[in-house]
Amino acid sequence: MSATDAIVVGGGLVGVAIAHGLQRQGLAVALLDEGDVAHRASRGNFGLVWVQSKGIGAPHYQRWTRDSAAEWPALAATLREATGIDPALHQPGGVTLCLSEAELAERAESLARLRRESGNAGYEYRLLDPAALREMLPGLGPRVVGGSYTPYDGHASPLHLLRALHTAFRDAGGAYHPNTTVATLRPAPHDFAVEAAGTTLRAPRLVLAAGLGNAALAPLVGLSAPLRPERGQIIVTERAAPVLPMPLVNIRQTGEGSLLIGNSAEEAGFDTLTQSPPVLRDMARRAVLCFPWIAGLNVVRAWSALRVMSPDGRPIYDQSERFPGAFLATCHSGVTLAAAHARLLAPMIAAGALTTAMSPFGAGRFDVQNAA
Amino acid sequence: MVEVLVGDRPVLVPAGASAAAAVLLSDLPAIRTTPVSGAPRLPYCMMGVCFDCLAEIDGVPNRQACMVTVAPGMRIAPQRGVRAA
Ligand SMILES: Cc1cc2nc3c(=O)[nH]c(=O)nc-3n(C[C@H](O)[C@H](O)[C@H](O)COP(=O)(O)OP(=O)(O)OC[C@H]3O[C@@H](n4cnc5c(N)ncnc54)[C@H](O)[C@@H]3O)c2cc1C
Ligand code: FES
Repeated sequence: MSATDAIVVGGGLVGVAIAHGLQRQGLAVALLDEGDVAHRASRGNFGLVWVQSKGIGAPHYQRWTRDSAAEWPALAATLREATGIDPALHQPGGVTLCLSEAELAERAESLARLRRESGNAGYEYRLLDPAALREMLPGLGPRVVGGSYTPYDGHASPLHLLRALHTAFRDAGGAYHPNTTVATLRPAPHDFAVEAAGTTLRAPRLVLAAGLGNAALAPLVGLSAPLRPERGQIIVTERAAPVLPMPLVNIRQTGEGSLLIGNSAEEAGFDTLTQSPPVLRDMARRAVLCFPWIAGLNVVRAWSALRVMSPDGRPIYDQSERFPGAFLATCHSGVTLAAAHARLLAPMIAAGALTTAMSPFGAGRFDVQNAA
Repeated sequence: MVEVLVGDRPVLVPAGASAAAAVLLSDLPAIRTTPVSGAPRLPYCMMGVCFDCLAEIDGVPNRQACMVTVAPGMRIAPQRGVRAA
């Protein structure tokens, strides 16, 4: 007997957002999630809902990111209503500060390109001089030469989001199986069997959303997920009275008052235990050059976590030709894209196929033949 | 003995005592109010674990007064709610 319409592997932000979205389409969903041994980006990220740097040279990704930012308020409202947990979404727009003319020129060029590639949607942004920035942000440092603003950006509490999605999923009757590592699958077209928690789960749909774990799982259903870990570090200060009215790409103030400093990237394999002081120092230095007053705040925590990176940094959404009904979803902006996953991607999966507009996201783009 | 200022009250404390001891000796009703509910607080554990003794010491907010040794002329000021950035 099978009462499951879809099995989702991976209970991070990507998997649970899709599971929640499938449920909203009326599907009975089982969500299988490895234990604390897994690398879990969803528990260690920065919390930006960020648009202004995404999709350069990839209009489909720009559009997807913007669609997600636009769907976010509805996702937040749904979760608040269903669970009483507030993902703390704020979308006042966001700023990237530049500390050199070269950085500013690059920013200007990127945004001009994003606007060129935006098609009919247009792309609203402003390049700001220090005087204009000073009116928007308190206590700007003298080394800031300019910056960019887009109205689409924002931030949220990623932990509240994760908890709200899990709570909504379980309250709506979803079957969550924690500490369940999927190592083998028995795939057939529209019929997938997975051993979990001592029983066999069977469903006509399978969604691989296991973060870095996708690399090993994808080949089992004729898909590929060439993913690598990219380490990011985050510094957290003590709480302070509200001071930053909007998030920056490298600094944001949480609803609780802490300042988060982030935006580092290192190739460090699967090592999240080593904190690297030179990287922390550079992040802190840049934050203090942006806002000298940050130097007066005590640091209370710092950690590192692994981004789930594809070769071109863009998401992979794919469906298996050999085993119809099997899907793959992975990205390095699982907070930003949570609304797209729940409200745009899940309905496609429920309907049985990704739309043709999604084809540029397929992993086929990494095939050597395609590149040649 | 060392003289320090708790709020605007001069207080004499034994050399080597903590700023939190000075707070208790000052008879101030509270050294801080909590950021969320505004509840009044005085030093409690005196050993660095409860954070009830947070104060602005010589201009630096959010210091654990029980972990700071007094010095002549030290200014220990109450904190109202969350610190400013
Ligand atoms: C430092 C840092 C900062 C970031 N900042 C931002 C940001 O500001 N904004 C933003 O949008 N994104 C940000 N991200 C990215 C975001 O965190 C990720 O895109 C997102 O969390 C990915 O979610 P996921 O569900 O794919 O992966 P994960 O969170 O890694 O979850 C994967 C899940 O799959 C499970 N799993 C793995 N293998 C198996 C298996 N074989 N069987 C069963 N279950 C399995 C694991 O248990 C885990 O729960 C940041 C990431 C990092 C590291
Ligand atoms: S009195 Fe408890 S931490 Fe200072």
